[in-house]
Amino acid sequence: MQLWLIPFLPLAGAAINGFTGRRTSKTVQSAVAIGSVLLSFLWVVKTLMALMPLEERYVEHYFTWMASGMLQVGVDFAVDRLTAVMLCVVTGIGTLIHIYAIGYMHEEEGYYRFFAYLNLFMFFMLILVLGGNFLILFVGWEGVGLCSYLLIGFYFLKKSATDAGKKAFIVNRIGDFGFSLAMFLIVVVFGSLDFGTVFEKAKGMPVEASAGIITAICLLLLVGATGKSAQIPLYVWLPDAMEGPTPVSALIHAATMVTAGVYMCARSAALFMKAPIAMDVVAYVGLATAVMTATIGLVQNDIKKVYAYSTVSQLGFMFLAVGCGAFSVGIYHVVTHAFFKALLFLGAGSVIHACHHEQDMRHMGGLRKKIPHTFNVLLIAALAIAGFPLMSGWWSKEEILGAAMHHHPWMYWVAWVTALMTAFYVFRSIFLTFFGEYKGHAHPHESPWVMIGPLYVLAALSVVGGWLFKIPHILEPVFHGIVPEGHTEHSMMDMVMGTAPGFIGIALAYIVYVANPSMADLLKSSFSGLYNLLYHKYFVDEAYDATIVHPIERSSRNFLWKVMDAGVIDNGFVHGFSGAAQNFGDLVRRAQNGEIRNYAAWVVIGVIFVLGTVTVLGGGR
Amino acid sequence: MNLLDIVLALPLIGFLIMLVLPKGSASKLKNFALGFSVIVFGVSLGLAGAALQRPAAMTWVTDVAWISTPAIRYHVGIDGVSLWLVLLSTFLTPISILLSFSYIKDRVKEFYAFLLLLEFGLIGVFISLDFFLFYVFWEVCLVPMYFLIGIWGHDRRIYAAVKFFIYTMVGSVLMLAAILYLYGKAGTFDYPALLTMMQSGKLTLTHVEETLLFLAFFLAFAIKVPLFPLHTWLPDAHVEAPTAGSVMLAAVMLKMGTYGILRFCLPMFPVAVKENSGWIITLALIGIVYGALVALVQPNMKKLVAYSSVSHLGFVVLGLFCGNQWGLDGAVYQMLNHGISTGALFMLVGFLYERQHSLEIKDYGGVATPAPWLSTVFLVTTLASIGMPALNNFVGEFLVLQGATQANVWWAVIAATGVILSACYMLWMYQRTFYGETPESVAHHVHDMTAREWLCITPLLALMLWMGIYTQTFLPSIGASNKVILDRTQTTSAPLRVAAPVVPAAEAANHGN
Repeated sequence: MQLWLIPFLPLAGAAINGFTGRRTSKTVQSAVAIGSVLLSFLWVVKTLMALMPLEERYVEHYFTWMASGMLQVGVDFAVDRLTAVMLCVVTGIGTLIHIYAIGYMHEEEGYYRFFAYLNLFMFFMLILVLGGNFLILFVGWEGVGLCSYLLIGFYFLKKSATDAGKKAFIVNRIGDFGFSLAMFLIVVVFGSLDFGTVFEKAKGMPVEASAGIITAICLLLLVGATGKSAQIPLYVWLPDAMEGPTPVSALIHAATMVTAGVYMCARSAALFMKAPIAMDVVAYVGLATAVMTATIGLVQNDIKKVYAYSTVSQLGFMFLAVGCGAFSVGIYHVVTHAFFKALLFLGAGSVIHACHHEQDMRHMGGLRKKIPHTFNVLLIAALAIAGFPLMSGWWSKEEILGAAMHHHPWMYWVAWVTALMTAFYVFRSIFLTFFGEYKGHAHPHESPWVMIGPLYVLAALSVVGGWLFKIPHILEPVFHGIVPEGHTEHSMMDMVMGTAPGFIGIALAYIVYVANPSMADLLKSSFSGLYNLLYHKYFVDEAYDATIVHPIERSSRNFLWKVMDAGVIDNGFVHGFSGAAQNFGDLVRRAQNGEIRNYAAWVVIGVIFVLGTVTVLGGGR
Repeated sequence: MNLLDIVLALPLIGFLIMLVLPKGSASKLKNFALGFSVIVFGVSLGLAGAALQRPAAMTWVTDVAWISTPAIRYHVGIDGVSLWLVLLSTFLTPISILLSFSYIKDRVKEFYAFLLLLEFGLIGVFISLDFFLFYVFWEVCLVPMYFLIGIWGHDRRIYAAVKFFIYTMVGSVLMLAAILYLYGKAGTFDYPALLTMMQSGKLTLTHVEETLLFLAFFLAFAIKVPLFPLHTWLPDAHVEAPTAGSVMLAAVMLKMGTYGILRFCLPMFPVAVKENSGWIITLALIGIVYGALVALVQPNMKKLVAYSSVSHLGFVVLGLFCGNQWGLDGAVYQMLNHGISTGALFMLVGFLYERQHSLEIKDYGGVATPAPWLSTVFLVTTLASIGMPALNNFVGEFLVLQGATQANVWWAVIAATGVILSACYMLWMYQRTFYGETPESVAHHVHDMTAREWLCITPLLALMLWMGIYTQTFLPSIGASNKVILDRTQTTSAPLRVAAPVVPAAEAANHGN
């Protein structure tokens, strides 16, 4: 089926723009960038049509990548329904965002560089979802991290941008530390990294023999996932990643890359189901992240920061689902989230574009009439994420709440409150941006159709996507035999209860920010301690700097380098040793003072010494 | 006289021709050295065919008497490991010559002559199968490098050159003593003969003898690697050396140590290796983390890369002493990888130096604007160095860490922190050098890559990708050779264990004399 063409096309696009971009026109560059992704999307569609109904895994092996000892790792691509869903999301949304970016990036320096990176990202993301073994997945995993680094730091003249890029890379590296250790253990336990082999063996393993080591593997995989998918404790890079251009935030830091951790966990469902403790940890981490970052999102003023924390929070929901054993529900939310969160970011980009690069919502307001199309689509996206009935977010959120209830009722209630906060903060952003009076100084203008067009497509998907693509149903063959059949019945009461937080959140936001605009300040001043804590993001970055980053740097410089290396080893040990040699040499040199009589005396003494020794020791013979 | 002898002899011939060429025309001298070394590389490629067919055994063997008493033989040959190290030497020599074209302005003739002599020594080290011969080549390498640093180096070049020389000499004197002791016991310098005698039981070493001999060899190799805490000559040597010197030193000369461990220590002293691997691995792990942490805070680019070498070579030593196939394969692969990617890093730092005449990171910033391609190439090399998958280093690191996990998972945990830290120090340096606003002096001095520079770096970039993606070219032969070594370690150690109670008896018999 030539699966390799799917990632190769964007790679070719990246190569063409990367090498020739300085000499070609923007039209050519756009055509190459979008053409390559669009062709890739079409190839995905064609391939999937041909592979229907795809109930078994379809594998293509190209060549051996590494072979050492008993380990064989091939360059293998594989497609099952899980991969198929991800392929459609990545190439479909990717194409839309590429088109949008033509308009958004039109004025920017380094236009071709941007598209080369973006295409390269598509290449690695497609490798990630196509990989037939852990190591190929890891290639994509690291590759998307690299592209994320490059694109966050796209405005490389700005220190804050390159700092953010570096932070993203390094925090992800910490996650990858866990991921790679998990892989080493998988090889030791299963003798392979191939998904088919590993999961087959895992299924057959008796629980008592495997529980400990598989729990360790799954927890290490989770460490990897917390890095890539921005979960506690490694979520800190994602809010900073908003330094990148907005299409990047939409594509990489909302719709696709950050969901890779969820995908990886779902992919490894066969392992996770053998490790109930690890599953619980996944659920706790997801839930804690969802709550914590939702609270931060309540008070941020930068529109992109609000959506960034929202992304982290929504990813927490996905992990909650995965931790509750509802893997397909987690992927369901990946898909619907990709629709509405990409739309939120691109819509925010359109707002920012309209306001001449203003991102602070306090300098917006009243934009409803000035940029009506953007308002329409953002409103739809907000309704979708808030869980307005029958819109895409509603479907997946209902399922997640159901899974949480099934797992632990208290988790359900925490998730319920978080859903309420979600509706609140997202409508806060809508109200602050589009309602009231305009408080900025720019002359807002609507974005061109090349940007608005993709927004309407995403808006349509945000409305009907959840209903149209019933992911849990589609994914049934993937998790069949791994996850026990859950009851998917929802009572009317459940639905009402699940829908309520969305409405309550929207209503509260309306009361605070539209009906009663002074109330926000009142709340801020009466709970100023709490407000500050949230506004400063619980001081987590500061805590990491103070407890990890600075101590490492300071002790490396002041102790390891200056004391240990230069002082103890080099000055003390090496020079001490050579100094001793020199002193000894000086001592010996004194004997060679050039006076013949002295030499003669030494010769005599030597002879006497030798003869004496021989006489004393060898005298007996 | 087979192809291997020719490959060995050619650089020496080139060196001798260089000596008699007239001093006058610098460009003729340069072109001769370049052309000659390219020919050597071309000829050396011919070795691959036969060596890859039977990588487990020695091929291209020549074994003739050199000096009759003491019985020193000219015995050379290559297997699947030494093949790649020879090719690494012949591959990097022309590149080092080419990259010096604008850098070296005085004593042109001697400079290129020394590079060819160095190549001769390096090839000799990697193909010698006679201990005395090995020792001679080991010392031959020292001389040209001493002069490369001492004559064409920076301000503190004499200090660095002497330090480099003395450090290495201390080790090699011990190695010489060990070689002579073995000769005294066995009456031969011939390495395969010694191994056969050991296997057949004709030559037995007491426990103390084996330990001391192992330590003598190991110390010589460990200084060369360099293993923590014997590394402090390396940053000084690198900082002071001219670019070509740094490239050859990092890329090839450091591998003499790890190659020595693999070729001689592991097969000859299996028991001592087993007993001592604990503290050696501890030092390797300390080196990995320590080198990375110290690299983090270096203000000087070359020092930073030098400390990163300490960290990377720690991985190699870790792999060598894991005692399994993954570890050995990864270690050898990592030797080659480090040669390519660190060689490239030193080369690129050299390119920057030729523009801005500084190695201090603070004298740069915003280089990406005036020199976008240089920045791109530097980034790719950086990524290779920090182990990005699909580039070369990842494969080696992965296999070493896999071997470590197999042996003791905590070794892998500690070593893997070095992978995190490598991203920290390299990306931080990259950010400070290439990103941000461009200061006046950088904008004024730093231009993008020249055609000659492209010619130097492109082969290395191509190899980074090739070795990262299509490992099948390299790994099967490395694996086959390593398997022989591994089998020897394991089979030799097994009977020795059974015979362990006999050893004290033999010792007692010795004392009776």
